[in-house]
Amino acid sequence: MSNTSVSQSKPGNAPTHKVNWGRLEEAERFSELVKQYRQGKISRDDFRRFRLQHGAYGSRMTDDYSMIRLKLPAGEVYAEQLEKVADLSEQFSIGSAHVSTRQNFQLHWVALEDVSEVLRGLAEAGMTTREACGNSVRSIMCSPLAGVCPDEIFDPTPYAVAATKFLLRNPMCQSLPRKFKINFTCCEKHGMARMVDIGLIPQIVEINGKPQRGFKVFLGGGLGAQSFVGHQLEQFTSEDELLHTIVSVIRIFDRLGNRDNMARARMRYLVNEMGWEKFQNLVLKERAMLKMLLSILIKLEVDKTPDVLRKISISSEVPSVPQGFARWKKSNTFKQKQPGFSSVFLTLESGDVTATQLRAIAEMAREFTADGQIRNGFTQDMVFRWVRDEDLPRIYSKLLEVGLANPGALTMASVVGCSGTTSCNLALTNSHRLAKEVQRKFIELKIDEDDDLRNSTIKISGCPNSCGQHEIATIGFYGGGGRLGKDMYPLYTMSLGGRSDEDTTLGHSCTKVPAKRVIPTILKIVEIFKSEKKSGETLDLWIRRVIEGNGGPNIKSLETIKDLLKSVVSAPTKDQDEDFYADYGSDGSYHTKTGRGECAA
Amino acid sequence: MCSLSKEKTTQVTVDADKLRSEIRDKSVKVLDIRKEDDYKQGHIPGAINLPLASLLADDSPEKVLQYAQSFGIGDETSVVVYDDTFGALASRVAWTLEYIGHKDVSLLDITYGTWKKLGLETSSETPSAVKTSHSLKLQPQILATSDYLVPAKEKGAILVDNRERLNFLEQHIPGAINIPYRMLASGQNILRPKDDLKRLMQNRNINADSEIITYCGSVGTLSGLGYYALKSLGMNNVKLYVRSFKEWKSLEKPIEKQNDANYWDLSAE
Repeated sequence: MSNTSVSQSKPGNAPTHKVNWGRLEEAERFSELVKQYRQGKISRDDFRRFRLQHGAYGSRMTDDYSMIRLKLPAGEVYAEQLEKVADLSEQFSIGSAHVSTRQNFQLHWVALEDVSEVLRGLAEAGMTTREACGNSVRSIMCSPLAGVCPDEIFDPTPYAVAATKFLLRNPMCQSLPRKFKINFTCCEKHGMARMVDIGLIPQIVEINGKPQRGFKVFLGGGLGAQSFVGHQLEQFTSEDELLHTIVSVIRIFDRLGNRDNMARARMRYLVNEMGWEKFQNLVLKERAMLKMLLSILIKLEVDKTPDVLRKISISSEVPSVPQGFARWKKSNTFKQKQPGFSSVFLTLESGDVTATQLRAIAEMAREFTADGQIRNGFTQDMVFRWVRDEDLPRIYSKLLEVGLANPGALTMASVVGCSGTTSCNLALTNSHRLAKEVQRKFIELKIDEDDDLRNSTIKISGCPNSCGQHEIATIGFYGGGGRLGKDMYPLYTMSLGGRSDEDTTLGHSCTKVPAKRVIPTILKIVEIFKSEKKSGETLDLWIRRVIEGNGGPNIKSLETIKDLLKSVVSAPTKDQDEDFYADYGSDGSYHTKTGRGECAA
Repeated sequence: MCSLSKEKTTQVTVDADKLRSEIRDKSVKVLDIRKEDDYKQGHIPGAINLPLASLLADDSPEKVLQYAQSFGIGDETSVVVYDDTFGALASRVAWTLEYIGHKDVSLLDITYGTWKKLGLETSSETPSAVKTSHSLKLQPQILATSDYLVPAKEKGAILVDNRERLNFLEQHIPGAINIPYRMLASGQNILRPKDDLKRLMQNRNINADSEIITYCGSVGTLSGLGYYALKSLGMNNVKLYVRSFKEWKSLEKPIEKQNDANYWDLSAE
């Protein structure tokens, strides 16, 4: 069969990916192992381990479909790569891709038989899924504002990329007791350095009169059924010691992590059980030994050549300012430290984006950004960086055309929701859809315009595990089931006061809220806050005051809030309100059903 | 069916260059399956308009034969069909011609939209056709009916659903496997290169000698494309369940579904 050949020339001088993370032979091997598995030549468990190591999860109630998770180190993705993801989502998935809270794309409901084709396509565009799941070092995150944040000491991106180069496919990372997560952030505010196995914040100190680059290193934090805040290893970890430190921590975790009880296998449990001081000593000793033994063998190759920024041609016509621009600009753009440039955040719904939208985003990255790339963010969002301030009305107009111009990205109106019952085996509720519903309502109510609420967050998980990161939300929810008589209904546990900045705190459990009462409950909390707040006080700070037992004349503590919410959260009978008993996205009666957890393999 | 005598090899798809030279030689009849209004605004030179809706209004063999004869398509005429809908509508028409016994029918390997984007010549003239005669030799071996499906499946036939993934998860004929029509195309070509398609089928353990029945949502268009994708691999035991899922449902036959998951809520549409 001969094909009409069409040359696809792309306009401009858009940069393409610098590091090829993909390996074609891994796609071929995957295809081979699916065949062997289907023929019964390898066991289900062996195959499962292999599948997870290559970024393919099972789907809700079935192993015949996979959720494929890409590994995008530092969340970096180039225009041509976005187009590839768009094509693959259309061909093999559901025509939409999903942005995770760890900066990766996920493609859902891919037939197991097609996973190898997706891996092949990704490898062709320099991307991989290797070690995106399973008991490995997961994608190394880096704040989407790294390099442009006014508060950062230096850009940590090259370090995140270099660490990935060292750790990806490294034999020492192939069979850890459990998954292992590393985050770099730009500054204290924009990242989650204390909520992860290893968190790193750039720092410069003067040593013998010379400025020396390094990091604040936090160990043993993490969210989950039991969450912990990370501990700072030492005052300053120099960049020369960075790789030795990371390797030491991984080696200790590998040796001492709990391999008997999967529910206690994450490193934060090891740190907690051993006690911080003992763990800290072990790391420092391990590092000293490694430095003596391996100083020549391991070296972090940090590519410090600055990215070439392209000249973006600015059209001379003065654009008419589209309706809604001012509101959008206020909530979706961020002034970079480089004068004249802004970063632009896209408000997605629970991180979902269609193939058509991805192609449009790729085009916009080529047209408007000086670095020609996109960074996926920490809150199921996507970020254009290096956009000229004069171009903001134009990029807004383009976003409007493809339904991506919703305001609210950097405000409480942008809600995080894990995949929930849309695809996850462990989910008890449809947190994914609930997050979309809350967001739609809040944008309609213009909550993004309220300065008192801007820096608060709402995050929703579909079960007590923390993929939706509910514990670091100002208002967080995790799903479960409630019952009135014999009738079950979807029910969330609400926690208040979580945050992930330098004052990292886990939310305090407040009360249980039925799924269909989540929106009125949040609105009621806002109402109470408005009547109790001090002048200039924001919601998150007021909630902190409530937790400290000092919420205002009428609010003694979280208990008072719980009492005030009683009428909102009470359950009607099924005769009174049948809809109350159905979860979002379902019309039938609610029942809980779960399968085996996939992340725990 | 399998004769050793003269076996004319008909290509499943024809590329633009080959079609252009055949048009110059006047050795081909070209059918445009788009709506009449679109056709009138411009089409491939010499193409005759047969909107899919007209065909579907009555696709009895007698009526199809009438169409073919009025277009000047004789038993030996080479026919090339195109549309602007992934090649799915063209496939349905090509299959219908094949069903009444016309052997030499191919699909243009790109859509009309791509043809225009490539800057290839178009025309808005409606060609006149000289009526000719065509024999009627029905090819029941390429047609599947609802009654045929279940016994065939029991004997090992593979049932392929060519609708999109979410529609398939929501409901499908029991035991069917899903090959969404989007999987079949690559870049601007309505079908992937043969090696690519072959790999996709091998991954699914579909062999050259498997019996396959394709179906889709209502009238056999997307599954028509599925039919030709398989034919392009040289598979000869392929059938189209032309009345597809719409008929299956109206007959109240059993339906299978992926339960207990709210997959629709993952779509950003």
